[in-house]
Amino acid sequence: MSSPSAPAARPVARRRRRRLDSSLIVGIALIAVIVIGAILVASVGRNFFSAGNIRDILTGMSVLGFVAIGQTLVILCASLDLSVPYVVSLSSLIAADLMAGDPANIPVAVLAVLATAAVIGLANGLIVTKLKVNGFIATLGTGLIIKGYLDSNYKGTSGQVPWEFQLIGATGVGPVPISTILMLVVALAGAFFLARTRTGNHMFAVGGNEQVARLSGIRTARPIIIAHVLCSITAALAGLLLASRLGVGSPTVGTQGGYDLLSIAAVVLGGTLLMGGRGSIWGTVGGVAIFAVVDNVMSVMQVNPFLKDVVRGIVIVAAVAVYTSRQLDRRRPRFGPGSAASAPPTSPGAGEPSAPAAPAGSAASDTTGRSEANA
Amino acid sequence: MSAQQQAADASGAPLAEREPVLVADGLEKSFFGVTVLHGVGLTLRPGEVHGLVGENGAGKSTFMKILAGVHERDAGTITLGGRDVRFTHPVEAAHAGLATVFQEFNLLPERTVAQNVFLGREPKRRGLVDRRSMERETRDLLAELGIDGIEPDALVRTLTVAEQQIVEIVKALSVDARVIQMDEPTAALADHEVELLYAIVRRLAERGVAILYVSHRLKEIFDLCDTITVLKDGALVSTGPAAELDTDELVRRMVGRPISAYFPDAEEGTRIGEPRLVLRGAGNAYVDGVDLELRAGEIVGVAGLQGSGRTELLEAVFGITPFTRGEMRLDGRAVRMMSARQAVKAGVALITEDRKAQGLALNQSVADNALLVIRSVFARRTREVRQELPGVLTSLEVSSQGGDQEVQYLSGGNQQKVVLAKWLAAKPGVVLLDEPTRGIDVGAKVAVYRLMRRLAKEGVAMLMISSELPEVIGMSDRIVVMHDGRASAELPARSDEATILSAATGTLRVGDLRVDPARNDGEEAR
Repeated sequence: MSSPSAPAARPVARRRRRRLDSSLIVGIALIAVIVIGAILVASVGRNFFSAGNIRDILTGMSVLGFVAIGQTLVILCASLDLSVPYVVSLSSLIAADLMAGDPANIPVAVLAVLATAAVIGLANGLIVTKLKVNGFIATLGTGLIIKGYLDSNYKGTSGQVPWEFQLIGATGVGPVPISTILMLVVALAGAFFLARTRTGNHMFAVGGNEQVARLSGIRTARPIIIAHVLCSITAALAGLLLASRLGVGSPTVGTQGGYDLLSIAAVVLGGTLLMGGRGSIWGTVGGVAIFAVVDNVMSVMQVNPFLKDVVRGIVIVAAVAVYTSRQLDRRRPRFGPGSAASAPPTSPGAGEPSAPAAPAGSAASDTTGRSEANA
Repeated sequence: MSAQQQAADASGAPLAEREPVLVADGLEKSFFGVTVLHGVGLTLRPGEVHGLVGENGAGKSTFMKILAGVHERDAGTITLGGRDVRFTHPVEAAHAGLATVFQEFNLLPERTVAQNVFLGREPKRRGLVDRRSMERETRDLLAELGIDGIEPDALVRTLTVAEQQIVEIVKALSVDARVIQMDEPTAALADHEVELLYAIVRRLAERGVAILYVSHRLKEIFDLCDTITVLKDGALVSTGPAAELDTDELVRRMVGRPISAYFPDAEEGTRIGEPRLVLRGAGNAYVDGVDLELRAGEIVGVAGLQGSGRTELLEAVFGITPFTRGEMRLDGRAVRMMSARQAVKAGVALITEDRKAQGLALNQSVADNALLVIRSVFARRTREVRQELPGVLTSLEVSSQGGDQEVQYLSGGNQQKVVLAKWLAAKPGVVLLDEPTRGIDVGAKVAVYRLMRRLAKEGVAMLMISSELPEVIGMSDRIVVMHDGRASAELPARSDEATILSAATGTLRVGDLRVDPARNDGEEAR
């Protein structure tokens, strides 16, 4: 029973806790929502799991899914992107205008849309990192600029999307729409990017603690800029999808969807920390799915549209309340239930009857105190 | 040079004959015209554990930060492995083989151990981060240190402070460092964890790594170090083998003056009166079985290691984490302190440990800060206190450009005086002070001590936490020592450092001390 061996017993408990923390809660919540939804839908004599209904839910997921995937990256870096609805609208217009009803124009139009979005994202990232403007304000600003451009140049829908491109939004494999598959492929790519590339890893670092990241030799601006670029690009993908569904470009399609706040809500609902440094793409996809299921159940039940927003609001607040309550265990109790004092004695020389495992309790105050003493 | 070769060197020749791995010479540094290092230098040899000691403000941290590349030197040379070096970033120094374990943790709590160890230099395979090799190498490094309880894929958030400290050291090791600097590595550790750190440091030294070890705990310095360098006021006092020094001599060199000159005596007419704060078997989740009597006019020092429950005790008295057991009396009346607001109303003040995070609104003015308690709790007295404020600030010798200046632009000492002004306005009967002189200069320290003496004369009872034993000894009428969440001993005034330390580390076996035996029995029964 020597002191170094004392921690050896803990990893098992640790693993369990870690898995419980992340996407699992979102998964459980999603299943719960589906079960409750299915029961409610059944109570009015309809089948929640009918192919048609599943297609509706998945269709409802895809546009918000694209936006929220990009938003996840930005929020992981402890920034925000409020310009997404305007990027969505602008993208639908550029796509529809350039395609002008001719399938031969599709590649050029798509490339132009993605390039425009990348430039907007680059601008967002540079403003945040180089001008040190808070992401909230920076993207509010660029969003307003795009809005001004849209308002003064477009009075209504514009352009024409060829039939071939409209197929993307209209067809599917069985009950699964192509658009949802595309969204999941992007999600997979995003998750892979976060887990397996240095830039992805560094996004967690700059979002978690920029000072630590910098002291570890990370160029802290890069992950943030790349996150903003990718976020604008996924918003552009959402715009392309909407253009495909509508057949035209629309200057208001993004704002009508409320993709700025809804995407942030979905990200947070998916367990990503709004202050950055922790989260996952799959959590976000789960968050988007929860929204889609709740929306679907409410429309099947023909719930009053105002009540819909009330329910959405409750879902968001409740979810975040659950997450924060899980983060409040800032120190480990030394005495009483759950305390470390019940562990076997570990102090070899002192012969004291008890030597609690660690002063983990003082971690928070210690680190702040120490950094101050250092300043 | 590989680690094996170094180890061969280290075991071969006696320390003094080994080729130095790092030579710093004549380092100078000024900040804003104030010279904080006057030509300091030292030599590190492979396998050497070199203690760097000195009071707060002696220049230890600045010296380390220059070596690490955090600060640039104004003058002097640094030779690492025979080559002149000038680092501009800690990462650059680490790649050259000089790693630093800073006082504050540089870890990401939400990332795994392996991800933290390789942060910024993740190993790549076919362009992608190679998690497996990252975790394997982390496991190997941990094994080299003899640690088997930390999983490379565990989130750092789930580790204890000691385990996090180990991760910091592994991070330093992962660059194959020949020199590792450690700034107060035991500051956050419990005593049995300190042993673990000792073992790691010794193992590193055996492998030929040179270690520069900064600590305030002199016992550690003597336990671990081969050589000791003493700094005082930014200048080198002495460098020499640890065997040629003892604690008294070391303290004399560090302080350079007798302690008594530093701490003012009690003011004439100070009278120890009725008990103002009484605790009987008080406890909550963080402290247990605390018996304490604090009388009017009395200053009781609270000693103990970090993490021993000192701050938690004050927070319980102040109602932040209320006592759930036992009894608490204030001026003879039993109270259940359930919130800070209640405590303030009852005449209790808490000078927090971290004045920047918990004591001050940094971007607000001196006046706004000084009036904070009054405005929020005793709003009716705001006008009166505001009128008195200039006088109060003058009497506390706050040097600011008036009450409108933002406190963030004040020195640490002046900031602390603003904190004190804020609480004195509430005319408290019990003042809890948590590290009241941390990070402030000597002049401001003496001002704080004088203020405490004046309050004592006015009948205020004070409970003062301090990690600096001379301060505890110099100011206290009695000394309570905390250990593992309990008041392990109560010592008379002017107890010596060794007695306090042994009580704080739980090794006290002296007959004249009040160690509660019933408590220990209860523990065994459980």
